[in-house]
Amino acid sequence: MQPSPSPTLSPARSNLAGWLYVSPLVLVLVPFFVAPILVVLAASFFATDGFGGLTPGFTLASYVEVLHSALTLKLYLATIKFTVLTWIFTLIIGFFVAYFLVFHVRNQLLAIGLFLLCTVPFWTSNIIRMISWIPLLGKEGLINQALLAIGLIHQPLEILLFSDLAVVIAYVHQLTIFMIVPIFNSMARIDKKLIEAAIDAGASRFDIMRLIVVPMSKSGIALGTIFVVSIVMGDFFVVKVMSGGGSASVVSAFYEDVGVLQYPTAAASAVLLTLVLVAIVSLILRTVDIRQEITR
Amino acid sequence: MKNDRGDIELAGVCKSFDGVTNVVDGVNLRIADGAYCCFIGPSGCGKTTILRMIAGHEDPTAGEIVIGGQNVVGLAPMQRRTAMMFQSYALFPHLTVRENIAFALRVRGQSKTDRLRAADAMIEKVRLTQFADRLPAQLSGGQQQRVALARAAITEPRVLLLDEPLSALDEQLRVQMRQELRRMQQELGITFIHVTHTQLEAIALADLVVVMEQGKIKQAGAARDVYAHPHDRYVAEFMGGQNVLSGRVEKVNGASFTLAQAAPSGIEVPLQARSTVNVGDKVDIAVRRDDVALVRPGRDLPPGYTTSLPSRVLAIEYQGYFVKVMLDTVPDDEFVAYVPEKTFFADPFTVGDVVMATWATGSALPLA
Repeated sequence: MQPSPSPTLSPARSNLAGWLYVSPLVLVLVPFFVAPILVVLAASFFATDGFGGLTPGFTLASYVEVLHSALTLKLYLATIKFTVLTWIFTLIIGFFVAYFLVFHVRNQLLAIGLFLLCTVPFWTSNIIRMISWIPLLGKEGLINQALLAIGLIHQPLEILLFSDLAVVIAYVHQLTIFMIVPIFNSMARIDKKLIEAAIDAGASRFDIMRLIVVPMSKSGIALGTIFVVSIVMGDFFVVKVMSGGGSASVVSAFYEDVGVLQYPTAAASAVLLTLVLVAIVSLILRTVDIRQEITR
Repeated sequence: MKNDRGDIELAGVCKSFDGVTNVVDGVNLRIADGAYCCFIGPSGCGKTTILRMIAGHEDPTAGEIVIGGQNVVGLAPMQRRTAMMFQSYALFPHLTVRENIAFALRVRGQSKTDRLRAADAMIEKVRLTQFADRLPAQLSGGQQQRVALARAAITEPRVLLLDEPLSALDEQLRVQMRQELRRMQQELGITFIHVTHTQLEAIALADLVVVMEQGKIKQAGAARDVYAHPHDRYVAEFMGGQNVLSGRVEKVNGASFTLAQAAPSGIEVPLQARSTVNVGDKVDIAVRRDDVALVRPGRDLPPGYTTSLPSRVLAIEYQGYFVKVMLDTVPDDEFVAYVPEKTFFADPFTVGDVVMATWATGSALPLA
């Protein structure tokens, strides 16, 4: 074959080059993301013999069952409640921690140190982190003891541990860092001169936050929101442990299904949840253009 | 009644960031209301710090800053009624041109219709009407500069502070925007304080040029004063256009003295304002580069020209209306003659030629 005289690649070769560029990503995404999703998708259309055996075929029975169940709606409502509460608290805490680190800590070394401090909870396992709430929130826990001692209550509060409150506390504890990091990142990129220019124009601290810092941290807030929402909606473990079995989430339902070998309904629930999450994430991406966060 | 006077007085202003060295060291200056004042000096000389202290973004360690008869130290920028135009503009990237310009009115609580009307009027003044709905990133450098100017001017400040406003622009645009700044200043009739490190910019624009070095004012005066009558070697060299020579005083005779140099007759210098010069003193003098004439050896000097220094031509640069001839007249120091183009080409020199550098006695200026 003669080498092409023109310096530009022939269409076929430039096509090949294009594929080579994306191949690393494809090699990761296909086996670890696309294939499992396809397996789950396929399983959701299969029939089952009730003992874990799957009959290949195409039936919408599992979807009908999931969508007709009153439990599904209840679980979604419960999950959304946890998600929204967790989102609100992680957002508020995350925003102000990031704001403090970026705008009030003058010493950059100190800022980085404090930033690393935020990751300390992650030096231990998720389970330990949850268990560690028990001595604080439990019936004989520190908070109850303290409240009893100062006479504010006469009965230990039951609501502190193994309750929805405990679930939200554990989520917020675990996930605030996922808000801090992207918000910190986008705030750190705000030119300090802009703040000065706003002060020069006569803006108060609140004006600066409302008109400059929040709008310019939007992409970080959006990224953090995506992290928190998808983690909470895809979790069942925290709900199970921290609610003491009193509450359930969407995922805990199909975890149960898997436990009793109802693979197709579990798969159908999983597909449904994926669709819901995709819808939420695309809604967030439509509201906020996060490209600047990723590309710059 | 609100005080609209924009005259400024700096009295013993000092600023230290580390408590040891003064970045601004005892600056005293009076700037008239409605003046265009340029601070000029190399980077790190404290000029921007002075600007930021007048603006209220930095507090002086000592001294008073008086605007319109009122000591403003400790007041917020809005209370001082100053506005600052930042280096590289600091436009809000997420707001349109109109919103950027209306920002100050927005945080002052003006209603949306009022502030947008005011912003549109200002946009028209800086000729940006067709760009009002664009984001800063969609504008050219010159347009961004006009937005920054409009944003600062919308609050009707009594003093507008400009931190190297032209440094982000390319040469051609810089000259154009320079005129625009001057036009805006005259139109608004307020005091402008402009920080720059470009001599040409300062003398082209300013009523009052303030030359700074290491936190101190070296000379402050009208552009022509500072350029043509520099106080000392530093100002002469910084403002440019001067040859600085030094030597010992050989003899003092009435209204002039003679400087010993590697010249047959020494250099005769009129005493001018320098009152006391003693024999043996080491003195710097300045001679404007365009006052230096070059004569071939052996020819007669023009009348009134007493000094002539033999020199070799080191380099020649054609500059258009004049020719820059670099000479080895004085050891260690640059010595340059700006020869008018027509004079030069009537009898052109080449590199290596020996010439006599000469000037009218009256044009030598003794420096402090």
